[in-house]
Amino acid sequence: MILTLAFRNLFHDRIRLVVTLVGILFSIVLVAVQLGLYLGSTRMIQGMINHSNAQLWITPYGTSSFEENSLMDGRENNTAMAVAGVARVVPIIAAFVRWRKPAGGNTLSVLIGTDASDGGLIPWNIVKGSIDDISLPDGVAVDKSYLKELGIAGLGSRAQVLDRRVRVRALTDGIRSFTRSPYIFTTLSRARSIIHATSDQASFYLVQLTPGADPQAVLTELRARLPDVEVLTRQAFGARALQHWLFKTGAGIALIGGAVLGLVVGTVIVAQTLYSSTKDHLNEFATLRALGSSKGYIYRVILAQAGLSGFVGYVLGMSVAMFVVYLSQGSALSMVMTPNLALGLLALTLGMSTISAVGAITKVMRIDPAMVFSR
Amino acid sequence: MTDVKDAGGKRPVSGKKRAGRSKSGTNGRTGKRAAAVRKQAGGGGKQASGRNNKQAGAAGNKHSGDATDRVVLRALDVVKDLGEGAGKVRGLKGVSLSLKAGELTLLMGPSGSGKTTLLSILGCILTPTSGDVILDGRSVIGKGPEELAALRREHIGFVFQSYNLFPTLNAEENVRLALDVRGDDPREAVSRARRALEQVGLGHRMKSHPKNLSGGEQQRVAVARALAGEPSVILADEPTAALDSENGQAVMALLSEIAQDKSRAVLAVTHDPRTLPFADRIVRIEDGLIVSEERSGAAGNNTVQNIRKRKRKSHV
Repeated sequence: MILTLAFRNLFHDRIRLVVTLVGILFSIVLVAVQLGLYLGSTRMIQGMINHSNAQLWITPYGTSSFEENSLMDGRENNTAMAVAGVARVVPIIAAFVRWRKPAGGNTLSVLIGTDASDGGLIPWNIVKGSIDDISLPDGVAVDKSYLKELGIAGLGSRAQVLDRRVRVRALTDGIRSFTRSPYIFTTLSRARSIIHATSDQASFYLVQLTPGADPQAVLTELRARLPDVEVLTRQAFGARALQHWLFKTGAGIALIGGAVLGLVVGTVIVAQTLYSSTKDHLNEFATLRALGSSKGYIYRVILAQAGLSGFVGYVLGMSVAMFVVYLSQGSALSMVMTPNLALGLLALTLGMSTISAVGAITKVMRIDPAMVFSR
Repeated sequence: MTDVKDAGGKRPVSGKKRAGRSKSGTNGRTGKRAAAVRKQAGGGGKQASGRNNKQAGAAGNKHSGDATDRVVLRALDVVKDLGEGAGKVRGLKGVSLSLKAGELTLLMGPSGSGKTTLLSILGCILTPTSGDVILDGRSVIGKGPEELAALRREHIGFVFQSYNLFPTLNAEENVRLALDVRGDDPREAVSRARRALEQVGLGHRMKSHPKNLSGGEQQRVAVARALAGEPSVILADEPTAALDSENGQAVMALLSEIAQDKSRAVLAVTHDPRTLPFADRIVRIEDGLIVSEERSGAAGNNTVQNIRKRKRKSHV
């Protein structure tokens, strides 16, 4: 009967229900969009790091993200290889470069030099061409979503990176950059050549461990032997990059702030409508109390009302949010919706509804069953 | 306070069909008052002070075979202060009252006399400032709000002036709700709710919402709700006040019928003189004191006989 009563109370006043649901809907959409964008940003920022096949990263001192381009001189490679537990050290080049469009103009891009045979960081989601094609003369791979920005038509297009001619030999799908500067994949040696680095220099060294090696012990040893650079786990480097782009720039704070604002707005709207609904039904709750119901029974009715409105609002809100996700695909910053985020949003909505019920419950706590005799 | 036993005449019978008369035994109760029992109920008044009543309480709670002697609810020297500070008022000034199973008692008095306060205390909604209320052998002294609520749901059925039905629930659901509050098994609650509604003559309106029921029908749903939990006491607050004469009579007839159950007492607070013929006993209250108590008279006679007025002195 608790659910029946809650449902009927809720649907009794349709206008108030609509106001509640619209409030929750907007709240859910706002929170979903903000958190979806946050998640999308996170995936972009950590994309290269998370797709690397290495437990440890050796970076120039103070490097805060993948896109930072300073070079190490190559000594680190040999030092690292001498540490027990290290199976392989893979050099990577990452540097901001100018992509000169065939028709004129240029685009700031991030050049990534990596050899497929090293298996440290290879472009994923190749939709046209192959990883081996990048090794062909002047070969580069770009993401198909950046073709317009790079001023090229697609596979086979020619352009220039700094003063070096390149040709698009492969296309990827979904490798997007948070900085909006397209990633240009090429071979390690070609990348070094383009940025005029020596054959020993690298932006990062990816450290692959031997099976059974203790990552923490290797990390400690590497740090001891390489005091002029930093050695980080993949997770730590990812977290640092996230911290840099989302929090030092304020972008993440804006996204999270928007999500929090959505939650607050949703909570206030649900709390207000729930409170007024409870006030309208106060005589009924007093009657319940006079009939001998426990306070817990009445609280459950109110919580069920809150939960029901939250759930219905969530379903409506998520429907709109999924449409926004669909629309955002292919945009500079796409929104991501994962099952975990959807479940988290459901929990947030129900939590928000529960918190909203506090005001109504406080009102009911003070209910005097004797009021049933005063009407 | 005086417990009066006098020769009980037949209960006035209205020309209407008494809803549920034949069903009152479905819950293991006879629902009929035997004439013999009425005769046994006679035998002179027994006066008892509040203290005496306290002593008699336990005995009164035992079934002695004569159901009309079983006291199910007893107020003992109840004092109730209302308000605080300068606005503090003594609403009840030492009221003692016993409700016996198988009896319909009317509580009458002018506005502000303390009727509703007494009803609230008897119904375990308010607790007395001093004195005690014994419900089915259980004292309310020292009981917290939740324990009082438990007493209400287990032992008391309420009928309110404005029916207090839930507008969003149909008749059956309104009755079921009172059973759900008690934690009754849902399937059992459905059958009990249906039985109760049939008992009050509303078997054909179970799915009707209050807005589609007449005032009389709504009040009968409220009576069914009070009845469904098989309480030992039914307390009715101005049950006919919102009804026209015909419906008022029907509801009183129904309460009177319910009061014939020897395991249940019915108390109705009323202003309505038309309810007098249905009473077994009439208690009058003024200024927080019970000033008189009367027993109803012979069959078919609407005059109240064997009146014993006993102006009481204030206990405080």
